[in-house]
Amino acid sequence: MTVKDWFEQRKKMQIARRDQDPQIDDTIGKLWVKCYNCNSQLLRKEVEENLDVCPKCNYHFRINARTRINQLFDEGTFEEMFSNITTADPLKFSDTEAYTKRISQAKAKTNMNEAVISGVGEIDGNQVAAAIMDFEFMGGSMGSVVGEKVTLIMEEALKRKIPMLAVTASGGARMQESILSLMQMAKTSCAVARLNEAGLLYITVLTEPTFGGVTASFATLGDIIIAEQDARIGFAGRRVIEQTIRQSLPADFQTANYLMKYGQIDMISSRAELKSTISKIINLHKK
Amino acid sequence: MAILEFEKPLFEIQQKIEELKKISESSGMDVSDKIDLFEQQALEYKKELYAKLTPAQRIQIARHADRPTFLDYVKLMTTDFIELHGDREGTDDRAIIGGIAKLGNESVVIIGTQKGKTTKENLVYNFGMPQPQGYRKALRLFYHANKFNMPIVTLIDTPGAYPGMKAEETAQGTAIAENLREMAKLNVPIIAVITGEGCSGGALGLAVADRVYMLEHSYYTVISPEGCASILWRDASKADVAAEALKITSEDLLKLEIIDGIVKEPLGGAHCDYELIANNLKKTITDAINELKNYAPDKLRNDRYNKFRRMGVFCQ
Ligand SMILES: [Zn+2]
Repeated sequence: MTVKDWFEQRKKMQIARRDQDPQIDDTIGKLWVKCYNCNSQLLRKEVEENLDVCPKCNYHFRINARTRINQLFDEGTFEEMFSNITTADPLKFSDTEAYTKRISQAKAKTNMNEAVISGVGEIDGNQVAAAIMDFEFMGGSMGSVVGEKVTLIMEEALKRKIPMLAVTASGGARMQESILSLMQMAKTSCAVARLNEAGLLYITVLTEPTFGGVTASFATLGDIIIAEQDARIGFAGRRVIEQTIRQSLPADFQTANYLMKYGQIDMISSRAELKSTISKIINLHKK
Repeated sequence: MAILEFEKPLFEIQQKIEELKKISESSGMDVSDKIDLFEQQALEYKKELYAKLTPAQRIQIARHADRPTFLDYVKLMTTDFIELHGDREGTDDRAIIGGIAKLGNESVVIIGTQKGKTTKENLVYNFGMPQPQGYRKALRLFYHANKFNMPIVTLIDTPGAYPGMKAEETAQGTAIAENLREMAKLNVPIIAVITGEGCSGGALGLAVADRVYMLEHSYYTVISPEGCASILWRDASKADVAAEALKITSEDLLKLEIIDGIVKEPLGGAHCDYELIANNLKKTITDAINELKNYAPDKLRNDRYNKFRRMGVFCQ
């Protein structure tokens, strides 16, 4: 191999890496995983014990809703609500695959029945109503069930007069429910209006990734908006914007740091500090 | 006037009729019976054509270059329109225009997305794709209406909120979200009408209303059929199939109980008769205002909440 070849190959690899979602490759055996951000081979156990953050480069990998709940709520205090609400197929939608089939695949893959878990639990002893989204379930997309469960738990917060927490992870509205999905943006935002009018604290945590209809509704309506480190957050997707404006975007476009620079979020939190940050905020708003 | 692809057979019949007329004139032959018959047949054909339009064909009508724009409706429906510019933070987005006007006897705040009819105009109005600053201007005008107890009318015709770099930097998502939330809090009647394209959050950002109507051939959807096709089918050319699957027509949305009514368009679409469509639209809006202005602010807000609260279909 000539030096030139070596450079060419390296360049190609770098491009490939950039296209790679900087998450984790857990297909390489039971004990080991690979970080796509720094390329390190890591012990699975070591990563899990580190809150699913790369011990080498500190990259925050996506986590599912149940892991998130375990990390944020006092042990054994979280009680899931409204899990009886499940997906219908009101439009009998089918693209290259039937919607019903996509739903059953998602259920099997995630052991969840939809892209959000709603419930009430305690954070350092304070009761909090929460909606925790799961990106693994159809990209965390918001259809009727997500909208309904988010709204119901906000109404529960109103009933109990307790703070509301939303942890978002979503590609946006769920296309398979079309206009009904769009209306969930209105529904959840109207519920936030009621939280506002009741003077209840509403905290949102935007995690990797939060886009589209979720960004343009309850995610960005928090009284306090926290972005988790390494989250990418936006309205339109990067590719759509690049195609529209016909120029390439900065590498850090739509990252938590980028949003911070443009004044869109209150703070960035590492996963390790997230619980104590939320806890402090709740305590500071206690009357 | 631009001829749409599916209208071409109709256009050819009309051309034949014109030819016949010319021949009859130059030769002095009386063929008026024949012309009448052909014209009758053309009309029947046109009615038939428009009675069974596919979603994709209706999208073509909704996007027609000559479709009446927000400012056309303002001119035809209202008097004493005074435009109120700017978001008070450095920008006057031209894709959203708003102001105060008389609609019948009522002073209203009227706001809409504006499209152009020529490329030059469209560059000014950004093809009806608002920036966050447009939504913020709308919000400022919503508050104005609330303060002075004026009903709000919004007319929506947009391919979506603009997906641009600056739009992201100035929080497109937040701007739309805040409108959704704040519209829920307003004490005055809100009437929203989808007049052409009602795409995604960019349309919804002006449509959390007490009454939502659609023009007959407009469409309202979570994502453009092209966008949907390229994501779900991985093939943008499947847009027609996506348009069918997404259930985007006014009849579909009435059936799904998302909208409150349909404003009938003249045969051939709104662009064929501006006066007629403006009259129909004005009547729908005025009737709604006359009903809603009887309600106390609490009732308005509660009903509005419940209206959107009901939306969604799931198993329980
Ligand atoms: Zn790493």
